[in-house]
Amino acid sequence: MLSIKNLYARVEDKDILKGLTLEVKPGEVHAIMGPNGSGKSTLTHVLSGRDGYEVTEGEVTYFGKDLLELEPEDRAREGIFLAFQYPVEIPGVSNIQFLRTAMNSIRKYRGEEELDAASFLKLARQKIGMVNLDPAFLKRGVNEGFSGGEKKRNEIMQMLMLEPKLALLDETDSGLDIDALQTVANGVNALRSPDRAVILVTHYQRLLNYIVPDYVHVLANGRIVKSGGRELALELEEKGYGWLNIDDDEKSVV
Amino acid sequence: MATPENSVDKYIKREYEAGFITDIESDALEPGLNEDVIRFISAKKNEPEFMLNWRLKAYREWQQMEEPEWAHVHYPKIDYNDIIYYSAPKSQKDGPKSLDEVDPELLKTYEKLGIPLHERAALAGVAVDAVFDSVSVATTFKEKLADAGVIFCSISEAVQNHPELVEKYLGSVVPTRDNFFASLNSAVFSDGSFVYIPKGVRCPMELSTYFRINAAKTGQFERTLIIADEGSYVSYLEGCTAPMRDENQLHAAVVELVALEGAEIKYSTVQNWYPGDEEGRGGIYNFVTKRGLCAGAHSKISWTQVETGSAITWKYPSVILRGDHSVGEFYSVALTNNLQQADTGTKMIHMGKNTKSTIISKGISAGRSDASYRGLVRVGPKAENARNYTQCDSLLIGDKCGAHTFPYIESKNNSAVVEHEATTSKVSDEQLFLCRQRGIDAERAVSMIVNGFCKEVFKELPMEFAVEAGKLLEVSLEGSVG
Repeated sequence: MLSIKNLYARVEDKDILKGLTLEVKPGEVHAIMGPNGSGKSTLTHVLSGRDGYEVTEGEVTYFGKDLLELEPEDRAREGIFLAFQYPVEIPGVSNIQFLRTAMNSIRKYRGEEELDAASFLKLARQKIGMVNLDPAFLKRGVNEGFSGGEKKRNEIMQMLMLEPKLALLDETDSGLDIDALQTVANGVNALRSPDRAVILVTHYQRLLNYIVPDYVHVLANGRIVKSGGRELALELEEKGYGWLNIDDDEKSVV
Repeated sequence: MATPENSVDKYIKREYEAGFITDIESDALEPGLNEDVIRFISAKKNEPEFMLNWRLKAYREWQQMEEPEWAHVHYPKIDYNDIIYYSAPKSQKDGPKSLDEVDPELLKTYEKLGIPLHERAALAGVAVDAVFDSVSVATTFKEKLADAGVIFCSISEAVQNHPELVEKYLGSVVPTRDNFFASLNSAVFSDGSFVYIPKGVRCPMELSTYFRINAAKTGQFERTLIIADEGSYVSYLEGCTAPMRDENQLHAAVVELVALEGAEIKYSTVQNWYPGDEEGRGGIYNFVTKRGLCAGAHSKISWTQVETGSAITWKYPSVILRGDHSVGEFYSVALTNNLQQADTGTKMIHMGKNTKSTIISKGISAGRSDASYRGLVRVGPKAENARNYTQCDSLLIGDKCGAHTFPYIESKNNSAVVEHEATTSKVSDEQLFLCRQRGIDAERAVSMIVNGFCKEVFKELPMEFAVEAGKLLEVSLEGSVG
């Protein structure tokens, strides 16, 4: 599904990713862990096509296509979804209007019929229930005045609506209390299926108690320094990043 | 069922048929302005003497005035002797013979706005010889208004048929000497709309210039007068979301509203005159004086405007709150792109006790354009407990445009409460990326963000106008994201 080979990327002349290689197959959940500044968020931004990142070397193919050639909106339409670490507000644009525009843009790209207002609303109400948000949130401006936890739930709700093939979660667990964490995890688990994949970026292993990954990778200094199964995360929790001779300015606390 | 909008807009293609104008079809004056020109205009319109005297008074006042230069707009000096002040309403046969002769850019815009094919021709001024079956719709409409006692006609007709109303109210809100452009308008105005709503009547439908056959041809000095008698209500829609083909560069219109005791007037405008090309060539100079008078207690006047057109906009729809407990409102969206300039805002003049005004202004600048909000809230010494709330938001798209806010507050009464809030924001890269990451292309995303920004104003517009206004913003913003 996704094949990243020897990827180098920089922001404002600073190299962040330095030779990252990763293979993701349908059905898999990969957790990317690592200290702050290791390049975790950069990876999700490069994959989703955010401006300001320059790829200097390496390649990324997604279902056989050169992903880096695609515009961000086309990547989304091809099934890539990024759950943001800091979801931004769009005042005055209701969640429902935003999502319906998004969904119909994607459907149009795929040559599918637009969803009529009634079916869309029904679907949206069902999905928002899955993340324990009041349906009233559908009418509110996108993230407008939402608490941190509400914003994250809203991201997961959008993901459930758009049903991506590849979901990228950028520290979705940061700042969540245990209930919200559980809700977010339930949402992600609901999406798991043999034809979808998830890349979870997280600083802490706590989230992995709820979303059990198939693979855990440790990212340090722009490349993957160690890969393993679920047990690698637990080992990291116990021993800290120092165990792998990695400097961490923010010790693993959980 | 055919809605009036759908059927009646066909009707606007019909040439003006009212008697006295057809008589003078071949007449046209040389460029230039003097008293003879004004006498000529008045005579051609068969006006009673009071009208001629009123025009002459305005002309003499205008001669003593200087063209204002305080607005934050720049344009080459206008030669007022190079303008033709009277030409008989153009026959549609003078226009382009077919759509092939019309500027393809204009046609593209119509297509994007989803304007039906037959209507595009009318807007572009193409001679249309087809026979329409919509006469009955217009008749039904007129009958319905007549049953309610509502007078809705051209101001020329009103001068003939209701001279007592015209003499009493014309210039009562915007006096002939009010300002340079209003004086000029008073001297030479060609035509416009007249509305009178009798006591206690709630006008049974939204009045739209769409319904007036010759509305599109009233030319550059349009004059509108709306009077809502005691306890009445009217909602008036001006304009059209499609850009009009127009050869006049200078537009100096005057609109006067009078609300008597307990009356309410809601006036909505969508202005989309030709803004000029990307280099700022061509385009309309729109210098408009719009003012409402809340003459009676408990009266209310509400202005809602969406301004996306014109090369230069100079416009301050205002309300004089003379009646106790009267209410004034101003909701505005002004969008400028390319090299457009807009200096727009409002004046709320509190004179009566317990008067209340609300100002919500949304300015959007894109390209290399410049938009200014200019507002005045004045509280007179007798305006006990006056209240004003002003919210003035600017949104910038790109980094070559400008937004300016000039709020003026003058309070002569200690009990007044005047609040002013202003914000300036940009369409952020984060917002754009969020939209694109969800599959929405950049242009659509900008238009959605801008629409969200304007929401508080759009909700004040009549339903179908609001939808069109949203579409209009989308078209006006095209090419604003690189």
